[in-house]
Amino acid sequence: MENLARLLKEHPFLHGLEDRHLEFLTGCAANVRYAADEFLFREGQESGASYLLRNGRVALEIAVPGRGQVQLQTVEAGEVLGWSWLFAPYKWQFDARAVEPVRAFALDGNCLRAKCEADHDLGYEVVKRFLYQVHTRLERTRMQLLDLYRAGG
Amino acid sequence: MLPRFIAIRRALRETADTITLELEDPNPPAPFAAGQFNMLYLFGAGEAAISISGAPERPNLLAHTIRGVGAVTMPLLRARRGDAIGVRGPYGSAWPLQEAARSGRDLLLLAGGIGLAPLRPVIYEVLRRRREFGRLIVLYGARTPQDLLYRKELAQWRMHPGVTVKLTVDRAAAGWSGRVGVITDLLRAAEFDPAETIALVCGPEVMMRFCCHELARRGVSPRQVYLSMERNMKCAAGFCGHCQFSPFFVCRDGPVFRADRILPLLGIREL
Amino acid sequence: METPSPEIAPQSSLIDCGGLDALIGALSAEGYTVIGPTLGDGAIVYDEIRSAVQLPAGWTETQSPGAYQLARRGDGALFGYAVGPHSWKKLLHAPVLRLWRAQRHHDGSITAQTDPPPPLRYAFIGVRSCDLHAIGIQDRVLIGGQYRDPHYAARRGGVFIVAVNCIVAGGTCFCVSMNTGPRVRRGYDLALTELIDGERHEFLVETGSTRGAAILNRIPKRPAADSDRQSASQATERAASQMGRQLDTGGIKELLLNNLEHPRWDDVAARCLACGNCTMVCPTCFCTTVEDHTDLAAGAAERIRSWDSCYTMDFSHLHGGSVRASIKSRYRQWLTHKMATWFDQFGTSGCVGCGRWITWCPVGIDLTEEVAAIRSGRRDDNG
Repeated sequence: MENLARLLKEHPFLHGLEDRHLEFLTGCAANVRYAADEFLFREGQESGASYLLRNGRVALEIAVPGRGQVQLQTVEAGEVLGWSWLFAPYKWQFDARAVEPVRAFALDGNCLRAKCEADHDLGYEVVKRFLYQVHTRLERTRMQLLDLYRAGG
Repeated sequence: MLPRFIAIRRALRETADTITLELEDPNPPAPFAAGQFNMLYLFGAGEAAISISGAPERPNLLAHTIRGVGAVTMPLLRARRGDAIGVRGPYGSAWPLQEAARSGRDLLLLAGGIGLAPLRPVIYEVLRRRREFGRLIVLYGARTPQDLLYRKELAQWRMHPGVTVKLTVDRAAAGWSGRVGVITDLLRAAEFDPAETIALVCGPEVMMRFCCHELARRGVSPRQVYLSMERNMKCAAGFCGHCQFSPFFVCRDGPVFRADRILPLLGIREL
Repeated sequence: METPSPEIAPQSSLIDCGGLDALIGALSAEGYTVIGPTLGDGAIVYDEIRSAVQLPAGWTETQSPGAYQLARRGDGALFGYAVGPHSWKKLLHAPVLRLWRAQRHHDGSITAQTDPPPPLRYAFIGVRSCDLHAIGIQDRVLIGGQYRDPHYAARRGGVFIVAVNCIVAGGTCFCVSMNTGPRVRRGYDLALTELIDGERHEFLVETGSTRGAAILNRIPKRPAADSDRQSASQATERAASQMGRQLDTGGIKELLLNNLEHPRWDDVAARCLACGNCTMVCPTCFCTTVEDHTDLAAGAAERIRSWDSCYTMDFSHLHGGSVRASIKSRYRQWLTHKMATWFDQFGTSGCVGCGRWITWCPVGIDLTEEVAAIRSGRRDDNG
């Protein structure tokens, strides 16, 4: 457990988090591994966790009839994958496939929700960090939407 | 203003809409510097401003990577070895390679789409004079995996000590195991010392603006950032007026500008 | 005793209308193609002349925003008007020009050559101070920098300039505001001031170069008296006091560049037709475009350069579209280039206050009014 807390502290998502909060969160965390091409989750499944990626790359995909599997974005070591557990009905909207072997911390969604409700200071810290992830993901999406490199500018 | 007509030595198809033409120029009026461009003339079709993407150590070998998007560049995609092409140049300002070598700072190259072509001479020069330069970080964003330029070379460059090459594409089908995202993701994750880095940025204007925001967030002074601008060019000598960008003639004062000189102008619509 | 104007050299001479005709003859004899003001197309234009009779004797014009009309003077003055739709740039910076021709040979090789420069040497008669400044400005743009335009250089070299000091100002003139006239200061070979009063019709002649003096020596003249110099000086001062327009140029560069999003640009854009007339009549506008022609069967190609206008949609075209798609942005480009960024590029204003832009605008947009409107409602919201 102490070892897990120390490793968690090194993940960029939790940089600078107070020790008491970190300790509190460690109770929600578990070490997980995925082999290449293994799915972390599939569209429609219940969303139970966030993944703090430590190694490897995960592709967010969706199957489009006629186009096959479309990779929307990849999420890399240092980033966080998934926050659907925050919002009802707590279901994943995409497939998440490990493109290469992945190591991550899984933060249990129910556990996080309960702890953030119990301690709003912690809740604010956690939500703020998720918001930053959403912010960068939104910027990525907007830039992709601009399709900057298409012919004819 | 009279072009030199030179036969194509080698025509290399890079992607579906991009070709690299190599010309052996026996008498260039001046050796080119990384970042400069030539005006290429296709017989009867007209001229287009194309940056030079070859190695500066070989001033007689003019390499041009051309994306077929206009009335001149589309037919250039069909150019073959032996075809004669008109060349005027080299024109324009260069990337600050001497400053980078003198200061010993690391070089951070941010390339978007065809924007890797004007930066390739920098990569060649840094690898050739490896000990004069600090680290070299190349971050490159393209539309799809099929649009990536210089794929073999990208793989070779990253084998050199002190060189980092990271790629991302906007969209990909299954089978691509690289990153799907945008260049600012690469920039956000890149490890460099903001005070000891010179960033060279080339790509669509909006991509360069996003990069400038992220570089500023990382603490890189705009005085250490250089952008290569694109505008309509006809004469390349500051006579025709087409490439004006407020006080600048992009052909003559650019295409490479230090970011602090043009950043305030980039936000003004239709300038 | 009258005190002569200190500005007019004491060595000045007087010639009469016969002397002026002799001057034109002497220049022709020297091999110059003489270009001067003459009537054409309902306006006073610049064209080749062989004699002083072709000058628009007794004519003047009334000018106001969007309007130009020839009118009779009450006398026979030869230079009793301001400037018409033409400027000298049509002769120096050719409106249409072949840059080069190329030939593709059987072996696939291509050779190209430029045409020899026209075998002409021009003498310009009646160059006003504003236009003399405009020529100086185009010199800086086209032959004064890192690159020289050889076509302009070939036409510009050796031009003999007979300047004329304005004795009347046009309704849209504002050279006094731009500090470009009405009196010519330099850059001429000979400078005339028309002295016309009752029976008298003479020209005070000042020399600005040795070749000017040499030509003057070959025509009948007499020395000018202090009173003649006084009269000439007064005539020009009268024109200076009659300026049809004025422009406050104080801090104009910063004024315009700090107000690029001023609502006045939208206002003027609603009136502007983006026809480009202003850029065609402007004596300093230098922009050009090129067209490539080809005869593939004959293996021949040529590249033609012609005047272009920043008011066209194509002007700023990049693959994908125009950088300046709105009329607002194109009008703003023109005005800020002329009045502001020209200083950065070439060290002076790009406007000489000739007023052509105001007169020949089909909807009568008056740049002096536009600048004043921005000045009165300045926001300084960018820059």
